Amino acid sequence: MPMRETFLATTEEIIDADPDVAVVLADISAAQLAGAARRHPDRVINVGIREQLLVSTGAGLALAGLRPIVHTFPSFLVERAFEQIKLDFSHQDMGGVLVSWGASYDMSTAGRTHQSPGDVALIDSLPGWTVHVPGHPAEARRLLLESIPGDGRVYLRLSAQENASPQLGVGFTRLRSGRAGVVVAVGPVLDRVLRATAGLDVTVLYASTIRPFDGAGLRSAVQSATPDVVLVEPYLAGTSAHCVAEALSEVPHRLQALGVRRDVEVRTYGEIADHDLAHGLDAGSLGLSIREFLGDRRGTADASGAAGR
Amino acid sequence: MTTVTAPGYADLPRLISLMTGDEKHTAAAESTLDVLWVLYDRVLDVTPANFREPGRDRFLLSKGHGPMAYYAVLTAKGFIAEAELATWSDPMSRLGHHPDRCRIPGVEISSGSLGHGLPIALGTALGLRARGLTSAKVVTLVGDAELDEGSNHEAIAVAARDRLENLTTVVIDNRSSTRGWPGGIAPRFAVEGWETRTVSGRDHDALDEAFTTAHPGRPLAVVAVVEPKG
Repeated sequence: MPMRETFLATTEEIIDADPDVAVVLADISAAQLAGAARRHPDRVINVGIREQLLVSTGAGLALAGLRPIVHTFPSFLVERAFEQIKLDFSHQDMGGVLVSWGASYDMSTAGRTHQSPGDVALIDSLPGWTVHVPGHPAEARRLLLESIPGDGRVYLRLSAQENASPQLGVGFTRLRSGRAGVVVAVGPVLDRVLRATAGLDVTVLYASTIRPFDGAGLRSAVQSATPDVVLVEPYLAGTSAHCVAEALSEVPHRLQALGVRRDVEVRTYGEIADHDLAHGLDAGSLGLSIREFLGDRRGTADASGAAGR
Repeated sequence: MTTVTAPGYADLPRLISLMTGDEKHTAAAESTLDVLWVLYDRVLDVTPANFREPGRDRFLLSKGHGPMAYYAVLTAKGFIAEAELATWSDPMSRLGHHPDRCRIPGVEISSGSLGHGLPIALGTALGLRARGLTSAKVVTLVGDAELDEGSNHEAIAVAARDRLENLTTVVIDNRSSTRGWPGGIAPRFAVEGWETRTVSGRDHDALDEAFTTAHPGRPLAVVAVVEPKG
């Protein structure tokens, strides 16, 4: 079952089991949760196509003592209603679980209106949010279940892209050890990062939770490898660069941040794979970028990047 | 033996006069004074003794600018010590030019940016209903200019269709909306199924009656008309 359907099925289980949880929708996914809405009309709330109200309603439910799950596509949940997130959750100091599906360009033929590679960067401008970026439906289910207890602020970013198998570690999980550098893969990019680094003597770290940022895990990895760090994130390139800088403030290091391009708005339709290519996030492009950055220039003519090494 | 008399309406001008430095918002502060007093004195079951009880009534000040009247009423009702008013907006004070729920017990929401109180109030009313706390009222106060914000209209449409009887919106109408509301404010709510009552925002008995007369199955909008903003 893909990540989105796993989320909806798990949400239905939670709503059936926990009288303190409510779900707020803005038409997106409302049909799939119609059964739960019939069983729990007071706790499965569809406000229609009203995203400001969607977020504020979630915060109001939290003020009344419920644990809200607030869900729609990321461009509408995070970008359109951002001030509601900033004020009605963060500034009020209210908790909630915001869940998006659609990630950076999952809706690959829909154009920019349905793409929001900046969602994590926006949430990251607010203090104290936990950000989950699962790379597999089983991770998504586990992270959702673990987000329900307590009153923290959680952003759960679901995607159509996923890895072949789940990773169930916490923080940065070391999947491979090497000496030539450290590559951090976040969520759905893991499998292609593993392919891109096959044969390279690098450490590969994996995270399905990127905030809080596991600075200790990164420092530990850098201690046993060249402090050359490659971040591979499935959203805006460099979103976690400041966290790397902070974690390694005492360690002379280099960083290459890969992700969705910031310098241009890529106006591509086609498949998700076409967007991966456009942003250099397919396995082949990642392999080239990582090799070039780490100084393995077999097959490349440019040696100028060796300066300073 | 001295007799301590609880502060009353007559004390509010003196309490407000203790706060200086936000004259830009004086008109906004005074426009809400009588409505706030009637709510806290006659309508709402929320006191310093019960403001953490799940079943308390809630007051959400959406129009968070010019909170002098709000602070004065909260002081008169024992939520805030009078001595704090003179130091408001100082770095050591809890009282800012917009109220902060995380710093002042009894303040339900932090506000200042317009258009948040009513949507949050809708969520709170839904949440109280889901928890079975159906006797708790949720009252939010907005300005007529604040109604320009589209987020309010999203909430107005949904509240009546969800039959949120426990939700009340009071609109302070001092005709400060830039484009105005042809035909008045009440019809905007009525067309969506709200019970509406338009009264003088200075008439305590009329306000009391407007807030407390039953409106079964429908949310309530009270339009409190005050002097036009000068």
